[in-house]
Amino acid sequence: MVIRTITRPLLYLLLIAFSLFYLMPVYVMLVTSLKPLDQITLAQMWQLPTAIDFSSYSVAFTKLAPNLMNSFYLVIPATIISALLGALNGYVLSKWQFKGSNTLFTAILFGMFIPYQSILIPLIQFLREIGLYNSIAGLVFVHVVYGLPITTLMFRNFYASIPVSMIESAKIDGAGFMRIFTHIMMPLSITGFVVVGIWQFTNIWNEFLFAVTITTSDQQPVMVALQNLSGSQIVQWNVQMAGALLAALPTLLVYILLGKFFVKGLLAGSVKG
Amino acid sequence: MDPVRSSVKHTPPELKVATKRTKKALTKDHLMAIGFLTPSLILIAVFVYGFIGWTGYVSLSNWNSLVPDFSFAGLQNYIYLFKDFRFQADLRNTLFFTILFILTVIVIGIVLAILLDQKIRQESLFRNIFFFPMALSFVVTGVVWQWLLNPSTGVNLFLSKIGLDSKWYTDTTIIPGVSWGKIEFGIPVAIIAIVIAAVWQMTGFSVAMYLAGLRGIPEEVREAARIDGASEFQVYWKVILPLLRPITISVVIIMAHISLKIFDLIYAMTGSGANYVTDVPGVYMYETTFRGNYYANGAAIAIIMLLSVAIFIVPYLISSRKGES
Repeated sequence: MVIRTITRPLLYLLLIAFSLFYLMPVYVMLVTSLKPLDQITLAQMWQLPTAIDFSSYSVAFTKLAPNLMNSFYLVIPATIISALLGALNGYVLSKWQFKGSNTLFTAILFGMFIPYQSILIPLIQFLREIGLYNSIAGLVFVHVVYGLPITTLMFRNFYASIPVSMIESAKIDGAGFMRIFTHIMMPLSITGFVVVGIWQFTNIWNEFLFAVTITTSDQQPVMVALQNLSGSQIVQWNVQMAGALLAALPTLLVYILLGKFFVKGLLAGSVKG
Repeated sequence: MDPVRSSVKHTPPELKVATKRTKKALTKDHLMAIGFLTPSLILIAVFVYGFIGWTGYVSLSNWNSLVPDFSFAGLQNYIYLFKDFRFQADLRNTLFFTILFILTVIVIGIVLAILLDQKIRQESLFRNIFFFPMALSFVVTGVVWQWLLNPSTGVNLFLSKIGLDSKWYTDTTIIPGVSWGKIEFGIPVAIIAIVIAAVWQMTGFSVAMYLAGLRGIPEEVREAARIDGASEFQVYWKVILPLLRPITISVVIIMAHISLKIFDLIYAMTGSGANYVTDVPGVYMYETTFRGNYYANGAAIAIIMLLSVAIFIVPYLISSRKGES
């Protein structure tokens, strides 16, 4: 349906105005990061750099490179494990429902809304006990556990639309729990895995609270390192902006390449899907 | 919206024979299903519910130094917090942050969704421009907006030319600033800067939700209203908006829980601010627990945060379960 009373040009004008607001931070990030420090004066903040200078990128990259690697070591295993567990849980909760399974599902879902502050103190005590405190492995474990509710939810909603009749006829053919999962559900789940994978990748990459409380210095993921960049005495805004861009690049790339699936995940996260 | 549905269409017809679910006692397969679910259930039981209980226990203890001390303190930590200047400021800031943030996200969300729904050219380009900030970290958003809303640089370079200079997040004014408890009650002006950054990052979510909602409303509904003589504005105001109510409820709940537990954006952008004008429970909890070693106080803040989120989330979860057959 098209608003007829508003003239088309006005419509585009509004959309462009909003677009400028959304793009403004990107513009400032880019121009600031491409300037040498002596050009970062207040008056010149919005101007294009007179000459393109990548030195702030090399400074930021040298500082952030180890943490970028940490983030990859964290995100890749955590995403894969939590997606697999989520698929299995979603399969059970959608196709093998038992008495009380819906209640259990709701109880699992509650876990994705809690403020993680409310489990952080025991969690750190626990990680210290088992020797995983201040390690990437510890963070992987944490993200797998607290990623269970959202991945289970996404796969359950996803599998709910696979007709029961398919499962039933596979059972008649003699297929059991595992065979139905590997031969019927998994081949139909590629989109599901892409959506959940992108969602987990983005969220774990961007996460900060667990990262800053569970790891220190050389074990820290990139978001903590980025935050620490601004903690130094003189704020070098060009390095800061280059660092922000570098830290954002992986999720941004995922969004640019697979944005459709990202938005699907976003909508699926609102419980009913 | 369901990606699976399209692939299911190709199912051979013989597979579609409706078979009734056989009501038998638990089969071997059913036991296996439960067996595969059990590890996750145990993890959730321990790491969500067990740990919440443990945090609750810590919040009632005297553990306010490096050395754990689980002697019973009753509600002492909670009483301390509600009398504390900083925590009172946090409650005020969270209240106004949440209200301003949710209202703005909903209004901009509806407006942009309606604009995008006008069969415009380059729709996907505009959508991507509105959605991409959601792929970013709150830390990145915080770092960038700290720079943009820096009073001496940033957008003020333009705004000062039209006489709209603002001190943004360094402003300590509270409007109207009625004295209440130990604090001045009202809207902290500095919070507005954080609302802008948070809105920039999160409106994509409400735009996506409303757009999906608008696309789900059949054209006949609008036609019918128009035949009844409704103006275009009335169609939206009286017909479309009420139909979008379930979406508004979802958006409010999702945004409320994000806003009540917000930490990273504020930590990266401003920290607690002068006079705690931009402090929130998430930042207080982090600093008092992990910098100050006041574990019991931190646990009490965490429990208060949890309860404030649970007020929204529990009814939402229960009602969305009931909605399913």
